[in-house]
Amino acid sequence: MLVYFLKRLTSVVLSLIMASIVVFVALEIVPGDPAAYMMGLNADLSAIEALREQMGLNASAIVRYMSWVAGMLHGDFGISYTYKVPVSELIADRLWVSLPLALFALVLSTLIAFPAGIIAAANRNKPADFGIMGVTQLGIAIPNFWFAMLLVFFFAITLRWFSAGGFPGWSAGFFIAMKSLLLPAVALALPQASILARVMRSSLLDTLSEDYVRTARAKGLTRQQTLWRHAVRNALIPVVTIIGLQFSFLLAGAIIIENVFYLPGLGRLVFQGITQRDLITVKSVVMLLVFAVIAITFLVDLAYAVVDPRLRRQSR
Amino acid sequence: MSEILTEPSEHILRSAFRSKSFAIGFALTILFVAAALISFLWTPYDVTVMSIADKLQTPSATHFFGTDHFGRDIFSMIMVGARTSIAVAIIAVGIGVVLGVPLGLAAASRHGGLLDEVIMRGNDLIFAFPALLIAILITAVFGPGAVNAIIAIGIFNIPVFARLARGAALTLWTRDFILAARVSGKGVTRISAEHILPNIMNLLIVQGTIQFSLGILADAGLSYVGLGAQPPTPSWGRMLAEAQTMISLAPHIALFPGFAILLTVLGLNLMGDGLRDLFDPKIRRGRG
Amino acid sequence: MTLLKISNLKLSIGRAQILKDVDLDVGRGEILGVIGESGSGKSVTAFSVMQLLPHAAQVSGSITLEGTELLTKTEAEMCAVRGRDVGMIFQEPMTALNPLKNIGDQVAETILVHSDKSRAEALATARDMLNRVGLTEDRFPLTRFPHELSGGQRQRVVIAMAIALKPKLLIADEPTTALDVTTQAQILELLKKLVAEDQMGLILITHDLAVVAGIADKIAIMKSGEVIERGETVELFANMREPYSKALLAATSHQPPRNPPTIVEDQVPVLKVENVVRDYPLPRVSLFKPGGHFRAVDHVSFTIHRGENVGLVGESGCGKSTLTRAILALEKTQGGAIHIDGEPVSCGAGASFGVRRKMQVVFQDPYGSFNPRHRVRRLVAEPFHLLGSDAPDGKAREKRIAEALENVGLSASDADKYIHEFSGGQRQRIAIARALIIHPSLIVLDEAVSALDVSIRAQILDLLADLSDRLDLSYLFISHDLSVVRAITDRVLVMKSGKIVEEGETESVFQNPQHEYTRELLAATPILETALKARGVG
Repeated sequence: MLVYFLKRLTSVVLSLIMASIVVFVALEIVPGDPAAYMMGLNADLSAIEALREQMGLNASAIVRYMSWVAGMLHGDFGISYTYKVPVSELIADRLWVSLPLALFALVLSTLIAFPAGIIAAANRNKPADFGIMGVTQLGIAIPNFWFAMLLVFFFAITLRWFSAGGFPGWSAGFFIAMKSLLLPAVALALPQASILARVMRSSLLDTLSEDYVRTARAKGLTRQQTLWRHAVRNALIPVVTIIGLQFSFLLAGAIIIENVFYLPGLGRLVFQGITQRDLITVKSVVMLLVFAVIAITFLVDLAYAVVDPRLRRQSR
Repeated sequence: MSEILTEPSEHILRSAFRSKSFAIGFALTILFVAAALISFLWTPYDVTVMSIADKLQTPSATHFFGTDHFGRDIFSMIMVGARTSIAVAIIAVGIGVVLGVPLGLAAASRHGGLLDEVIMRGNDLIFAFPALLIAILITAVFGPGAVNAIIAIGIFNIPVFARLARGAALTLWTRDFILAARVSGKGVTRISAEHILPNIMNLLIVQGTIQFSLGILADAGLSYVGLGAQPPTPSWGRMLAEAQTMISLAPHIALFPGFAILLTVLGLNLMGDGLRDLFDPKIRRGRG
Repeated sequence: MTLLKISNLKLSIGRAQILKDVDLDVGRGEILGVIGESGSGKSVTAFSVMQLLPHAAQVSGSITLEGTELLTKTEAEMCAVRGRDVGMIFQEPMTALNPLKNIGDQVAETILVHSDKSRAEALATARDMLNRVGLTEDRFPLTRFPHELSGGQRQRVVIAMAIALKPKLLIADEPTTALDVTTQAQILELLKKLVAEDQMGLILITHDLAVVAGIADKIAIMKSGEVIERGETVELFANMREPYSKALLAATSHQPPRNPPTIVEDQVPVLKVENVVRDYPLPRVSLFKPGGHFRAVDHVSFTIHRGENVGLVGESGCGKSTLTRAILALEKTQGGAIHIDGEPVSCGAGASFGVRRKMQVVFQDPYGSFNPRHRVRRLVAEPFHLLGSDAPDGKAREKRIAEALENVGLSASDADKYIHEFSGGQRQRIAIARALIIHPSLIVLDEAVSALDVSIRAQILDLLADLSDRLDLSYLFISHDLSVVRAITDRVLVMKSGKIVEEGETESVFQNPQHEYTRELLAATPILETALKARGVG
């Protein structure tokens, strides 16, 4: 178990190093000089040069990379070129919108998908199965931002149950804040829930055809008992992988959905960063999201070891 | 994955159409591909010509889907938009297949070796970057455009195909017929090309349709946030972005591009499901 | 008194008639052996008793347990019967247990489903049952998981689950087919003991006549969904009536006619294996110690002369497959040397075509041995790759393909077909044709007849014997089945834990085994003649 854990941890660290190099190199080749950009069009060359020196832009690439990574390890992402405040502050503010949104959507998606997948598998080739599979087929095909627009049109503009967008902030109260995240979370969750329900169903069907399920039936367990005591837990293994993968999709998807609802999250930050050439902000947000994806994958691997006794003692 | 070997099927297409989902999916796909192809020769209206006098018209006999805020014909724009979406998605799938499949086959042929390890770690690395992040990075560097969308989605497809090819190939490598080929002195490259690739083709085709549909969705998302095809090239995602600002005035503008995306993706997914059922010997035997 | 009575049982799925007319009965304390080849309907009969059939199955007839009709019972009523009145054991112990639950919980589950006992009581009973099947507490605590047990041990757990509530009837569907002979003997002994102790009825389903001849009180022979012959074991063997039964009996102890080989000792041997060692690295268990090695093949040496058939026997995990792969230059070795016709086999991908040309192989699984996308012509001709530019083409190539196919009893026109058009036995013939086509000196037969039904197996053995005589071939015949090895080989090697423990003329090894392990193997192997003799038949 310890060997397994350390092996996974090593690969996490390696992935992070590789990813940071990729992000750094990608933004190294950007044309344009951030110092010149910050000083405006009419700045004089010596002032720009002074700023370059101050920002450490004149050091070699390796030195700049090392200091960037070292900074991140201390929670220091540098100073935003446009906002002139520490990027870590900007991110911290926005993270309080994006992260709850992604988690909210993940919870919704799981809550919808599990029962749907189990019901469909338990009623294979019956109307309930066809119904659920039909709905999920649509759920997968619908672009989530368009679905979000439809939700806004229907619930905010026509019925006026929700505001069409914006975020009042957590200081306005938990429920008010959550209410403004509900429509975005639903829009995000629907496609993911559809995928997850299908994975759950097919994984359950696979498990139900296993020999040990037949053994359980031969012991006198009913279909229901077999399903709950033997199939569901075993079917969860591939489902957990998908949930892990989905979290990264949800974080990325949140970037788009935030646009529909005018939510002040990481997505808005990163798009403003791109248009304003605030590359240090872009770099930091991308790196943060990549870190989240890698960390989630690691957690999923650990979850395996908890669920599956075969992994507890083996190293691979 | 337990049984990926299937028998050669000369009449596979004929039996394909007996599957309802394949037939519907195929029809939808053909509809949009045809719309895209016809748009090269003819569209009801010129999509580059604005006519403010005709703006925000509701659907009618002259404008099937109405007009947008510049008075452009939405039906024509959807036809041209199909072109962009399909082109982006197809090329992105192509990138994934052309780079991913050989990598996956190579990794499988040297299972447990250094090459396998390097390829798989590379895959993990790309997997850590969702397509949208790649697009953001590329756009930050080179500015927005359809080509960036293609590259971003294409890069994202590489590990998908590499993993699929590797996984399927690994189960084949343990088969006796591969051992027999090795006993006949055939090398790993030759065996991969002659014995492995043809036998994983079915899986690749199914995954290809699915990645194609995901590509359409991803392209729509990217162009919605302005990272895809740039004006004046019409694209479904940007049509929706523009429609959003006037959704309370003219909701129909937001409906048609959305349905276009939904139906194309649905068609491809149905086709993929149909093909999967068709290629799955377990299901096929059950039917026979 | 009759415990279970099956009469007029018919079963169809869609248009396919699986069971035509099955009549069977078994009493308390009685063992009924049901025998049949694949597709005879013997397993379906068993699942009909349990009412665990596919949804589409249409059943008619009658199955009564102590006079109560089972076929009219509802699903809920059947759940009360399964596990309590009727227990079942399956063929594949490796997959029959839930990998995520420990063995204590899995055995206790049978008890908990059928009674109001507390979990602690159920676990206590589970403990007793595991002790009864020979899994003692010190080595097999209830908290063991299935993956920590061997196949035989897992089968014991499945048996413990099946007998936990002392059912009246136990159904065992090929319970030992997936196990090694010594384990098979132990499991059969255990079943026999349990039947006697609990006065259960046992239905033992198997394809192996020798297995049932030893322990069954009654035998039923099934063919194509019908019981064609049944009766008391001794009487049935003494007076077999049906031609099919007789053919089955003959095929089981079939000895192909063979000419003794003319071995010239001073010739260069076809195969010379010297001190071969094959190590596998083991995964690390600790961070600070490197993973150890597992020595699969441990300094093995032997030779095969021209025209000689040599058998290599051993149980699973003994290293015989690894050795085979080393000889075929499919795996690297860590020591020793292998020569084919005097030429060294340099292991790894780099073995020369010259060496490879001299050996070919036939594998066990007739269904996995061919690329399903190629026609037989291309499949059979694959070894021509080894001839490089010397490979025949055009008419000459066609002639060689036709010759190879005709040599194995197929016709030249079969070259145009795809592999799925052939049965298992025919596929094995095609595999042999593929091995023959470049006229090798040595053919490695890796469990080549193990997956075949006995009647087909007899035909393939005849073919192999005939080819060896006609074409002066040498075989290395690898098998876990001693009776097959005895029928086809001149010399035999017995392998255990990576070492050859005994080597000698086949007959003398079988008549007079020297090594303890060989004796153990021979004693465990069910042999029809011996079993019948012990019961006073034949």
